[in-house]
Amino acid sequence: MSDTTIDPKSPHLIDRVVIRFAGDSGDGMQLAGDRFTTSSALFGNDLATFPDFPAEIRAPAGTLAGVSAFQVHISDHSISTPGDSPNVLVAMNPAALRANVAALPQGATIIVNSDAFDERNLAKAGYDVTPLGDGSLSAFTVYEVPMTSITTESSKELGVKPRDAERSKNFFALGLISWLYTRPVEPTVEWIAEKYAGKELIKEANQRAFKAGYHFGETAELFESSYEVKPAVLEPGEYANVTGNTAAAWGLIAASIRSGLPLFLGTYPITPASDILHELSKHKQFGVRTFQAEDEISGIGAALGAAFGGALGVTTTSGPGLDLKSEMMGLAISLELPLLIIDVQRGGPSTGLPTKTEQADLLHAMYGRHGEAPVPIVAAKTPSHCFDATIEAVRIAVKYRTPVILLSDGYLANGTEPWKLPDLEDLPSIDPDIATGPNHVEDDGTESFWPYLRDETTLARPWAPPGLAGLEHRIGGLEKSDGSGNVAYDGANHELMTRLRAAKIAGIANDIPPTEVDDEDGAEVLVIGWGSTYGAIAAGVQRVRARGLKVAQAHLVHLNPFPADLGDVLKRYQRVLVPEVNLGQLSRMLRAEYLVDAVSLTQVSGIPLRAASMETAILQMIEDSADMSSATGEGSDR
Amino acid sequence: MTDVSESVPVALTTRKDWSSDQEVRWCPGCGDYSILSAVQTLMPDLGVSRESTVFLSGIGCAARFPYYMNTYGMHSIHGRAPAIATGLAATRPDLDVWVVTGDGDALSIGGNHLIHALRRNVNITILLFNNQIYGLTKGQYSPTSEVAKVTKSTPFGSLEQPFNPLSLALGAEAGFVARTHDMDRKHMMETFRRAHAHKGASFVEIYQNCNVFNDGAFEKITGKDNRADMLIPLVHGEAIRFGSEGQFGVAMNRDGSVEVVEVATVGEDALLVHDEHLENPGLSFQLSRLSRGPYEPTPIGVFRDVDHEEYGQQMTEQIDAATERRGPGDFAALLRSGSSWTVS
Repeated sequence: MSDTTIDPKSPHLIDRVVIRFAGDSGDGMQLAGDRFTTSSALFGNDLATFPDFPAEIRAPAGTLAGVSAFQVHISDHSISTPGDSPNVLVAMNPAALRANVAALPQGATIIVNSDAFDERNLAKAGYDVTPLGDGSLSAFTVYEVPMTSITTESSKELGVKPRDAERSKNFFALGLISWLYTRPVEPTVEWIAEKYAGKELIKEANQRAFKAGYHFGETAELFESSYEVKPAVLEPGEYANVTGNTAAAWGLIAASIRSGLPLFLGTYPITPASDILHELSKHKQFGVRTFQAEDEISGIGAALGAAFGGALGVTTTSGPGLDLKSEMMGLAISLELPLLIIDVQRGGPSTGLPTKTEQADLLHAMYGRHGEAPVPIVAAKTPSHCFDATIEAVRIAVKYRTPVILLSDGYLANGTEPWKLPDLEDLPSIDPDIATGPNHVEDDGTESFWPYLRDETTLARPWAPPGLAGLEHRIGGLEKSDGSGNVAYDGANHELMTRLRAAKIAGIANDIPPTEVDDEDGAEVLVIGWGSTYGAIAAGVQRVRARGLKVAQAHLVHLNPFPADLGDVLKRYQRVLVPEVNLGQLSRMLRAEYLVDAVSLTQVSGIPLRAASMETAILQMIEDSADMSSATGEGSDR
Repeated sequence: MTDVSESVPVALTTRKDWSSDQEVRWCPGCGDYSILSAVQTLMPDLGVSRESTVFLSGIGCAARFPYYMNTYGMHSIHGRAPAIATGLAATRPDLDVWVVTGDGDALSIGGNHLIHALRRNVNITILLFNNQIYGLTKGQYSPTSEVAKVTKSTPFGSLEQPFNPLSLALGAEAGFVARTHDMDRKHMMETFRRAHAHKGASFVEIYQNCNVFNDGAFEKITGKDNRADMLIPLVHGEAIRFGSEGQFGVAMNRDGSVEVVEVATVGEDALLVHDEHLENPGLSFQLSRLSRGPYEPTPIGVFRDVDHEEYGQQMTEQIDAATERRGPGDFAALLRSGSSWTVS
């Protein structure tokens, strides 16, 4: 691009922008969005992304059902969400416009591929007349760009068939947006060369389309100026942009190294969890064994078998698979073996919304098994936090010899954010504490091994994988005698064992950090959440504070058991707000556990919470709280 | 990984060493006792150690088996033992993993896991105790019960065509497939020894009498006086021949099916010579269809014994190859495998 000159008018500086690329599922919008994200990350912006795609691989072209979108929020300061609503929408066809226009605030910019707005596509999207001419978009700044024809023209001399040439139009859009937001050009040109190495014609066509888009922005005099979002001030260090699923996969490898336990993943493909399997299956040099089972049950069964053999047994799934794994989780609870179940939640019930996010499996994770069957629950709060949360879940599973459920969700799984890379040595070390010899003396003086003789502090039983002579033992799903582990049917022993299993899990509360509360100046309202709502809640809290009002925020990583001080924390506040992407599951648990009048704020529309709705809800609660205080004569002088 | 059981000298054991201290709680007269006895008697001869031996089971009468073996063991949940065994065998190629199951456990609730464990050739030895009835739930028909079987849950007779366990295993292309019965300890021990020696998935059907809910189900063929004329011993490399006088044999028809013939009528040369090692499971499949039920002459012994690389070994080889190619896992490099950047 030696002939490219910087716009004589210097770019207009802005502090942040939210861009949504939208088109047909076959249009390559995820790729364009992903590449824009990477160049922004390399440029030094803080960012967050939100891919939003249909469950169908290729829904009928041009229809609303087939619209695939990728939203990216870039900024020159720290941000925590992919943005409530786009400032810029790139719409590759009428359906993409129609599906996304409702999300746009007044004054937003719309860039459409005008070539796609023909009668046929308009009809497919349900438009009687073109929205480009009927004044329905008057609240927005609309740029009509004939992307298809310029793209086709750009590669004409290469001899690419028009139909193939047209497929590069996502790179045209990427080029145009890259100009508009002053992204460096060369890295993307090089990246295209690498990605399409060996496919000369496609490589060249894509590079030309990308440059054509860039030049179009520069020379068409359509746009008043370009914009620039300066790099954000981030803590010094090395960064990578990770999805939650990648972070979880890397967390598993880290936990395997830090525990010295070989990693075994038994799983069955399911959206949106499969990428953890894909990522792990690439890294066999870490001794990773991945097993694509015949079904969800076999996935967790094999993981439990591996755990019996002394491996770090892991299974990954989403809601429908979690249903099927319940029985095996019950066995793992009875066997008291370490096992990690990662549930990447999606909209339910049943098949529900496979590609849309929801956090409605909390009560299932908590209670979804027959009998008294408690399991620890850990939840990740951001894409990169999936790494730490995974290691923490493994730590608990191994130390307490118990299955642990780690909750992620579709938004975390596919969303990305810059992540400061950790040093392996700084990560928690996990001691598997494998049994080494007999632990009991029989009445006749012979030494023996009792598989259910518990550690006095943790109440965990010894873990003795096959291979050690003298430690042979049999375990199973039948109730076991305290200590010896022999089959026992008597009521008193069952009562004791049931209470021991419960006490073991409850006792983990003493082994996790206290509730982290962000409350600088003594607020009366606490907003408490869990999982992927962290970013939206934090953004809402910031906005409220920017108005000079006080609000506290807490976000739970441990859902079972809760941190030991949680009850006291909740009682410090006059009002407690619990925003969730379900119909009020954490709020129910908090009310049941602490008799606190938690107010539930819920949404189940397949998309993450918005900072703006958080702000509104918190403001409302602060107002109510003030009313209550004046009504009861209580001061707010805390 | 090397086979520990071969590289470390194994201490001599007796049958008693392999019996746990738990009281055996099957019904008096149950066929399971003789199977347990055959296994416990065989173990000292196999040259394996107790600590490297694992018995896994699902649910059912047969599934209590691991409690009675003084080895490592797990009594798991209904039908899932092959899945659990897959994870164990794939991560611990040094272990001998046995799966003890029944007709309901393996062929009804656990059918899916069974066929996939066989297909993958996981290094496990599966002993299927087939008594053609649900015993632990007190007498309902099972997936191997004969059509029209009258049971508690089928007072007007069962409507279902039974599974032929060997046909199923051969259909899944199991490498080792055999049948034995609970009335012949020597035959059981020899069959189990062969199954154990086979690397990869081994499948053994054991006709087992449930004297409470389905007594005498196999009497017509396994009864002492009936065996000679009703059991067809399969011996590798030999003509398939049976009968008190050796008067019967098995021959192949023009359509590829097999049938029982009288030697005097067809002549010795017409008899089928048994070959366990045929790569194509077709002929052994035909042999598995020879008898329609335990009232007709029925082949016993090893139907198929074909070597393929077992699953866990292949997994290990992939790990070794990846490590060879890329060097041992470097975590810092993994974190930087995408595009990373430095903020100073």
